[in-house]
Amino acid sequence: MSELLKISGLHASIDADGIPKEILRGVDLVVPPGEVHAIMGPNGCGKSTLSYVLAGREEYDVTAGSVSFMGQDLLAMEPEERAAAGLFLAFQAPVELPGVNNANFLRTAVNAVRRARGEPELDAVGFLKTVRAATKNLSMSDDMLKRNVNVGFSGGEKKRNEVLQMTMLQPKLAILDETDSGLDVDALRIVAEGVKNLRSPDFSALVITHHQRLLEYLGPDRIHVMVRGRIVRSGGPELAKQIDVEGYASFLTEAA
Amino acid sequence: MPAITETREQVEKLGQSSYKWGFETDIEMDVAPKGLNEDTIRLISARKEEPDWLLEWRLAAFRVWQTMTEPTWAKVTYPPIDYQDVHYYAAPRKKPGPKSLDEVDPELLRTYEKLGIPLHEQALLAGVEVPEGEEARLPVAVDAVFDSVSVATTFRKTLAEAGVIFCPISEAVRDHPDLVRKYLGSVVPAGDNFYAALNAAVFTDGSFVFIPKGVRCPMELSTYFRINARNTGQFERTLIVVEDGASVSYLEGCTAPMRDENQLHAAVVELVAMENASIKYSTVQNWYPGDENGLGGIYNFVTKRGACRGAKSKISWTQVETGSAITWKYPSCILQGEGSVGEFYSVAVTNNYQQADTGTKMIHIGKNTRSTIIAKTISAGHSDSTYRGLVRMLPKASNARNFTQCDSLLIGDRCGAHTVPYIENRNMSARIEHEATTSKISEDQMFYCRQRGLSQEDAVGLIVNGFCKDVLKELPMEFAVEAQKLLQISLEGSVG
Amino acid sequence: MNALAPSGRSLAPFEARLSGVHDVERKSAAGDLARTGLPGPRVEAWHYTNLRALSGHVFAESDVLFDEKEARAVLASVIPEGSIFEKLPRLVLVNGRIAPGLSSSTASLPEGVSWSSFASAPDFGTQTSPQRDPLVALNTALASDGMQLSVATGVKAGQVLLVSLALSSSGVVSFHPRHNVALAPEASLTLIEISAGNDGQELYFHNPVLTCSLAEGAHLEHVKLQQEAGNAIHLATVYADIAGHATYESFTLTLGSALARHEVHASLAGAHAAVHVNGAQLLGNTQVGDITSVITHSAPDCISRQTVRNVLTDRSRAVFQGKVLVERVAQKTDGYQMNQALLLSPTAEIDAKPELEIYADDVRCSHGATVGALDEEQLFYLRSRGIAGAQARQMLVEAFLIEATDLVRDEVARTLLDGALADALLNRITAEERGS
Ligand SMILES: Nc1ncnc2c1ncn2[C@@H]1O[C@H](COP(=O)(O)OP(=O)(O)O)[C@@H](O)[C@H]1O
Ligand SMILES: [Mg+2]
Repeated sequence: MSELLKISGLHASIDADGIPKEILRGVDLVVPPGEVHAIMGPNGCGKSTLSYVLAGREEYDVTAGSVSFMGQDLLAMEPEERAAAGLFLAFQAPVELPGVNNANFLRTAVNAVRRARGEPELDAVGFLKTVRAATKNLSMSDDMLKRNVNVGFSGGEKKRNEVLQMTMLQPKLAILDETDSGLDVDALRIVAEGVKNLRSPDFSALVITHHQRLLEYLGPDRIHVMVRGRIVRSGGPELAKQIDVEGYASFLTEAA
Repeated sequence: MPAITETREQVEKLGQSSYKWGFETDIEMDVAPKGLNEDTIRLISARKEEPDWLLEWRLAAFRVWQTMTEPTWAKVTYPPIDYQDVHYYAAPRKKPGPKSLDEVDPELLRTYEKLGIPLHEQALLAGVEVPEGEEARLPVAVDAVFDSVSVATTFRKTLAEAGVIFCPISEAVRDHPDLVRKYLGSVVPAGDNFYAALNAAVFTDGSFVFIPKGVRCPMELSTYFRINARNTGQFERTLIVVEDGASVSYLEGCTAPMRDENQLHAAVVELVAMENASIKYSTVQNWYPGDENGLGGIYNFVTKRGACRGAKSKISWTQVETGSAITWKYPSCILQGEGSVGEFYSVAVTNNYQQADTGTKMIHIGKNTRSTIIAKTISAGHSDSTYRGLVRMLPKASNARNFTQCDSLLIGDRCGAHTVPYIENRNMSARIEHEATTSKISEDQMFYCRQRGLSQEDAVGLIVNGFCKDVLKELPMEFAVEAQKLLQISLEGSVG
Repeated sequence: MNALAPSGRSLAPFEARLSGVHDVERKSAAGDLARTGLPGPRVEAWHYTNLRALSGHVFAESDVLFDEKEARAVLASVIPEGSIFEKLPRLVLVNGRIAPGLSSSTASLPEGVSWSSFASAPDFGTQTSPQRDPLVALNTALASDGMQLSVATGVKAGQVLLVSLALSSSGVVSFHPRHNVALAPEASLTLIEISAGNDGQELYFHNPVLTCSLAEGAHLEHVKLQQEAGNAIHLATVYADIAGHATYESFTLTLGSALARHEVHASLAGAHAAVHVNGAQLLGNTQVGDITSVITHSAPDCISRQTVRNVLTDRSRAVFQGKVLVERVAQKTDGYQMNQALLLSPTAEIDAKPELEIYADDVRCSHGATVGALDEEQLFYLRSRGIAGAQARQMLVEAFLIEATDLVRDEVARTLLDGALADALLNRITAEERGS
């Protein structure tokens, strides 16, 4: 299989006060196994929308196009089935779950996914061992496991918590939606390490970012530029450097 | 162990319906004829070989009851109840109050085992398998009430050595008449309200607990109520008296078979806490709620009240209400002793066509009394759930404090969630704070959980449990774990 | 449950007048009243406010003639001569009847605004429910006069004063004015309603009903100052029907009367409508002040806000009942309610019942209530700065109440309320000092 994820002619819109508003207008994208791709593009061009549609958020209507993930029709699957199949989304704005203990949430998720994959569930001891190792790698305190999911977390803690979940769920494809935004240099390095640790022929990442720095850490295979709901240019890592210097101005005309 | 200790796996073996406790026990019964009149009451009293004073007390209550009308202020609707169409006494045909477990009908023991409540002390003491990662459980003494009578009470000897009395109330009437006479009806008078008067007239069994001065009860006490017989009402009466400096934690669980007709349950619970005494009363109410079309289910009309008589006494009610077609229940605290403390922690879940009107009353009489109310209401399906609570600060309640937090969660747009607090303050130095919110599970939260691989139902269960956490953490450990599962089972079919 | 017919209070105080009504609507209202009686304490909505003060009297119709000098004096006590309020267009009622001599001329009204007297063409409208609200039935049966005000499409009408004066009558009297305010689409108005009475007269009972209808996009700010005589009974009911994108903002300040209730029924009938039912009560002696509201969300995306603050001295008692009902269709409702009380005397009492009844699942509704005494820490802080005793208390009490009147958007109306509040506080404090 030469492609892990294949998006073809994807159109998606959202209901805005009764009027459908088209956000994705024909996205074409292929991510082969083992590669790290980046999507860059101006605010509001539809990057988060793409990540939500791939993860199965119901508010968006897919009006045309198809997505295959490991040869399966991704759009026909429920969000939890996509998670079990190995698709992970690190949210741009991680959601708070009051009263839900972080460790308990993580264990529930890990075991739900393992069950669906036909793997044995982790018992309390096994889970604790794995999670401790993971938190250590991410320089997270155990204290964060005892707190409620994302409640009262700082921006950086939330992002690290996303990476922790990613590490624990062992996805085939991780979509990181601006996971680097708002992080200081140290936190950024830790997050990047978290992704790098997963790199293997079996793991791909689709990294949505505005910043060259995270990409320098990760060494992406390809860069895609999204403008007004379409991928308007794809190229090698040099594209990211060009954007860093020139911004998106030259791409905006291409999209028109 | 209470019924809810059943793991869901065990439960699934019992049947495909989502109510897992709905089986019926086939056992020979001694049943009073239908109808309520003085003869019925005399018959109950005679069956229980009661002293005259108690019969007179019952008859007086009955006469008051006849002059009363059913309360109509609660936000619940149901067809009129024919109080003459109910059996007021039903007992397994075996001598009530067996001396030892060997005398208990093996069919009954099997019933309780099936419910997850082994009554063999041996089994309990040997330590049931402790699931990995969980603490070993302390033994719990159980009083098992089957329809109108107590069929077994465990660990009586161990408790007696500590000076604790834990027995069926009918037995306490015989063995500790002075204590019963002194406290029975002292917190909930016989004519307190329609259902309390009915209970006083016809109550059949329930538990009696007495913890003498300075004794910390060495184990959790629990009563497990089971309605089995058809067309019978259950009218149990529980009395817990805790003397100066003593303490107890008491648990209560209940289930009933699935039937098309509605069955009546009108219980009274009285708690008395003397100086520095503390009572923790936990309930997991899981009476049969009726089917998904609202057919059948228990009418649960309960009066629970605790009197903090002594200074610095404390009464804490924790309830998880998932069962019953109709719930009408307001566990209350009379805070009389200086510096006494009342607490009410509640989770009420309604699904399908269930209706619940539940809450508490905190009556602050003494100085420096404090109360806390945390009520979580969850409505799904076509159900209606109301929190109704009263906080009253009387003129002498100087520096009294109350904090109330009521949160409602709606699942689906066919249900209702209501909050009706009554706040009355007649003391200028008393402080009352009340907060209430109503919301739904956000799409964001659901999607986040599902993106991490959780099914819709598991996601709802997780979020609901989070919503209820402040209450669930008040439950004794093993109860809390099971209550979480119960919440999820109760909400089955409410999403998707 | 099947509601039982409540055991109502006797209609004896009004019996003779009720039996004299003829036209269909009044007769039907009198019939409703005969069935229910006046509300007794077992009626849930009147659980905390007892109407026994009405019993034992026979309330006669008020005199038609009045003393012009007395009227001017009472009027000046609420609208000081030379003040900005004096220049506003005003309609003055004396003992329930319009007094043209004290009112502005129709010509002084801004273009697009018109008023007429209820007496000239009685119209009860369809907003009220006399079957359910006995005090509205009483008003319907006995209403003699009132203001019918309308504002045309798009007209920004500014402020209009509605003043109701109670002057000495020859006995125990009651009046039951009926007011209606209709705002056409996109119209706006600030209605300043003042009730004042002459202290030292016999007991009177003021029982107004005000119906407001707001068409699409209209905006009504309704500001009420209740400064009745100390022995008066004031039981008012307001109905507001609010169409889409319209806003009804109200504030009521209760200072006067022995027994008062301000009851609002607001119905949010169109999407993106908003309602604010705010108020403050400063009560002393044995006063009872009741603010009751029922806000019904019948359309999606509406907002309701309610903030009520109470300050209680002596043996006074405040009642707050606020019900927010969210119907199934009213998704995305945003409701908020807050009731706060300061108890300044060991014999004062507050009873509150903030209620939520919710049938829509996508809502954000919350309510809060706090009750307590003045903050010791704040008092200490003031003392450390040399401000002590009654003065310190007054300062904190005033601050507490001003935070409420700050919610009044119309500056002129707010100035009026703050002035009345400052005067009332000054009287209270001096009384307290004399007493101690
Ligand atoms: N729920 C929504 N309702 C209305 N508009 C939306 C919604 N979600 C996204 N949009 C609009 O879609 C466009 C793309 O948004 P988004 O995918 O978040 O962009 P990006 O992540 O690239 O900044 C923006 O114009 C945004 O306002
Ligand atoms: Mg984005």
